[in-house]
Amino acid sequence: MFINKESLLKMLDKGLRLDGRGLLQFRNLEFELGVIDTAEGSARVKLGNTEVFAGVKLSIEQPFPDTPDEGILMVEANLIPLSNARFELGPPSVEAIEVSRVIDRAIREGKAIDLKKLVITPGEKVWSVSIDIVPINYDGNLIDVGCLAAMLALKNTVFPSVDENGKIDYKHKTNKTLPLREWPVIITLHKVGKHLLLDVNEHEERLSDCRLSVAVMKDNRLCALQKGGDKPLTMRDIDEMLNIAIDKSEELRKKLEVYS
Amino acid sequence: MAYARKDRGLLEPRPITARVGVIENADGSAFFKIGRTAAYAAVYGPRDLYPRALQNPRRAVLRTHYNMMPFSSVGERVRQGPKRRSIEISLVTEKALLPVLELEAYPNTAIDVFIELLQADAGSRAAGICAASMALAHAGIEMKDLVAAIAVGKVGGELVVDLEYEEEAFEGEVADIPIAMIPSTGEISLLQMDGPISKQELLKAISLAKPVLERIVKIQREALKDYYKSV
Repeated sequence: MFINKESLLKMLDKGLRLDGRGLLQFRNLEFELGVIDTAEGSARVKLGNTEVFAGVKLSIEQPFPDTPDEGILMVEANLIPLSNARFELGPPSVEAIEVSRVIDRAIREGKAIDLKKLVITPGEKVWSVSIDIVPINYDGNLIDVGCLAAMLALKNTVFPSVDENGKIDYKHKTNKTLPLREWPVIITLHKVGKHLLLDVNEHEERLSDCRLSVAVMKDNRLCALQKGGDKPLTMRDIDEMLNIAIDKSEELRKKLEVYS
Repeated sequence: MAYARKDRGLLEPRPITARVGVIENADGSAFFKIGRTAAYAAVYGPRDLYPRALQNPRRAVLRTHYNMMPFSSVGERVRQGPKRRSIEISLVTEKALLPVLELEAYPNTAIDVFIELLQADAGSRAAGICAASMALAHAGIEMKDLVAAIAVGKVGGELVVDLEYEEEAFEGEVADIPIAMIPSTGEISLLQMDGPISKQELLKAISLAKPVLERIVKIQREALKDYYKSV
């Protein structure tokens, strides 16, 4: 169903959304862990019609020269053309890069993984954690859904066994899990006209004026922000968006209570 | 002991210099230096945009490109070519500038903004935005206002303005918050953050940026006036 911005604004004035939700209501959430046998950790998350897989692969690498006593974290979002007519083949788009970097920032700056505990030999060998986020059906709000899928996949990750020569045996998993110590949740709010919207679908996302993604930690402190979109935000918008993000992060955490 | 700086107050930006008309070939250009972070910006356009399929009959297409020169980093040589960091910074810089530009005045054209960091000691995207908005004004592009940008944050438990590299790399918790503001409306056109901070401190940090941004915009305006005095 497609409507133009004017009609969307008229609906929003009445507090209505195309799919019948309230302005600050999540779509239906489904998730499951351990859905990919070949990954060291994985999760599938479906929020409305946005369905995303996240997989974690571990490897042993040389640490970066500026962080010899830390493991490596990499996050990449892959906007594959299978998932939406708008995505194209080829190198990562600007959109994919932004999604990757915002999720990376939330997990890294929130210190979700204790990277210091991933060192095997300082300066020589560390564990590298690669998180790949792949939507199979894209219907908006990938930053929030992708971050959630990434965190669930990390929760699900176990180390593979390592033989006496220090080589990984991917076929044999151990029962050792990752050193996780925080659970950042990203809540993105979009501004459309004078309205703030939570969990936008693709259509609303296209008509949005601007957005603010807020990464919230367990104690309700914030660890990452990203403003996107063409229009600017006022200080009042920002204040309101932060309040809503903190509230909604609690609501989302409750849905995950079993895990977080 | 509370965190303190050797050479300046916690809420004091590093020394700033700004000039326009620094690149002869460009339609507009500027240089903006804050502490040891120095950015050049050049504007080419409004100019023809090819392939024609990229043209927009309603407005000019703004294309922003941020890059660090190979020797501009405190650490290793900066490898050239598009990287995730520079692509993202180009994107947020473009969005930071967009609200002040009257792109509808130049249908079917391109306005290209090139930002190059000569040296970087943190705050490079903010310096780039300051330089770019001056270069756009110098190019004579119709604008509602300039855009000023600065990083604020939290280092060693204290709120600070204009972090330098040593502070970004501070042992312990650091929050780094680049902000761009449109001075005439007080609207925020760039807001990013790395690192932990409470909501109250974040709002406080943003409010600390405001007087500094107003000071920066004065410096930007002076630089533009000085240029036209000299020609």
